[in-house]
Amino acid sequence: MSDFDFTFHAYTAQLDEKRLIGSRCKQCGLISLPPRLLCQHCRSTDMEPFEFSGKGKLAAFSVIYFGPTFMKNYGYGPKNPYVSGIVELEEGPSISAQILGMDMEHPESIQIGTPLTVEFIERGENESKKVFLGFKV
Amino acid sequence: MTSQKLGRGVALVGAGMSKFGAFPGKNSRELFVDAFLEMSASVDKGLDPAAIEAVYIGNFSSELFEGQGHTAPIMTDWVGLNPVPATRVEGACASGGLALRQGILAIASGLYDMVMVGGIEKMTGLSTDGATDSLAAAADVSYEIPAGFTFPGMYAVIATAYMHEYGMTPETLLQVGYKNHEHGALNPKAQFGQRISDIMEARKASAARKGKPVPTWADEFEFLHDNTANPQIAWPLRLFDCSPVSDGAAVGLLVSEELARQFTDNPLYIIGTGQASDTALHGRPTLTSLPAARKAAQTAYDMAGVTPDDIKAVEVHDCFTIAEIVATEDLGFFKAGEGWKAVEDGLTTFGGSRPVNSSGGLKSKGHPVGASGIGQVIEIFHQLRGSAGSRQLPGSPNIGLTHNVGGTGQTCVVNIFERR
Repeated sequence: MSDFDFTFHAYTAQLDEKRLIGSRCKQCGLISLPPRLLCQHCRSTDMEPFEFSGKGKLAAFSVIYFGPTFMKNYGYGPKNPYVSGIVELEEGPSISAQILGMDMEHPESIQIGTPLTVEFIERGENESKKVFLGFKV
Repeated sequence: MTSQKLGRGVALVGAGMSKFGAFPGKNSRELFVDAFLEMSASVDKGLDPAAIEAVYIGNFSSELFEGQGHTAPIMTDWVGLNPVPATRVEGACASGGLALRQGILAIASGLYDMVMVGGIEKMTGLSTDGATDSLAAAADVSYEIPAGFTFPGMYAVIATAYMHEYGMTPETLLQVGYKNHEHGALNPKAQFGQRISDIMEARKASAARKGKPVPTWADEFEFLHDNTANPQIAWPLRLFDCSPVSDGAAVGLLVSEELARQFTDNPLYIIGTGQASDTALHGRPTLTSLPAARKAAQTAYDMAGVTPDDIKAVEVHDCFTIAEIVATEDLGFFKAGEGWKAVEDGLTTFGGSRPVNSSGGLKSKGHPVGASGIGQVIEIFHQLRGSAGSRQLPGSPNIGLTHNVGGTGQTCVVNIFERR
């Protein structure tokens, strides 16, 4: 990870390795996800990579019946919906992710605050293989 | 910090819009001509278009929707105004509101005395999937969309956070859509200018005509709970919680305050304008409010020297039903967590103490995203000048406000108008 340069490219390369990496400002200590080239708090560029534990809790969510085309292409739709949400990580930051293991038949039963752990979702084969950020109950 | 002030006064003296809807036979420049002609006709003492010195056009993404970029000079050309400076302004669904603000700033700076501001979007040339993907470009495509989010999905996140924090249920959301269709039924420019009961009758007639079983909904809310008639899009948001995909254009004419009465005896003075920006939804300290909307509103209120109670006509950005509830709190009409109760109590309807979106809002009127911010201004123009016809608010409103949001609040702009 010594070559981690805080870009989207570097972030997704780490996701491919099943690691969730953000940044920590060496000046003020602010932890960021996504990683930042410049600290949102003190504007320092003195950053180091920061690996998240992958533990967090559900901050808010939706059960999505009509998703973007790429999700349709992965087989999702009105008869096979999925949950997307915002996860508040143990280390502070929150991030958007797919949420696995929820009862989509009864969305009103899904509890905000539910503890979650990171789940790297692999889709596609060979050249088109991609890893997406997910969390599971 | 002391409040911001315009360098000099600015007034709105003309406003017009195309019908909003789906128009397979018209592209954005042709809709813009419709809006321009109505704006010209609205100037009480007449307009010589040759006096217009600059044009600002709000447009989110004609590249994605029409395959056409560089739209401002084309709109300007189609209304015969070349070679005046023509500038496109982009802030997703707040593009129109930003174009208005740029026109205000240009006149306030002293550079121009007369500026035309407009907004356009032609969205129905794409399939619903195509429009969904194009709109997604207004979100963070690196860090939000890969999570599977759509705009309905992101506003649904705001809704679930709000429900969790304040105890609202999806029932209240249905009431917002119901109310906006009641209002929009009185607006001849609205895309879906029908009451829910009208839509139900049309569905029944269509089923009977096709020899299919005729649905038997007991009332509007039974229709709105019907998963076939009103399917889930992104729980807790159903189809009738979402504004439609639309085509449309809207145009306003701004002049310096000292010139205003040369054009009309009823100018509307711009007394406040505020704009703010924000990070992606997941990066904010709250999910139940749009911090940029609160900031833009405070800036506009401070400049105008008015409070929420002074606002008598208001158009808010109800791209989704939950957005209207949050907007009424962000603008200070109701305390945080009480906007949904105001809906339950009927306060935001025509007969209520705080009518919201007399035009029918984006839900019923339509949401051609780049035009919507100026479309809101058209409604305020009519409400404050007493020309809103059957949907005229009582009490001769003298101060109006528009609240226009880009994305999930990465851009917010609030403008306040006064008839003196």
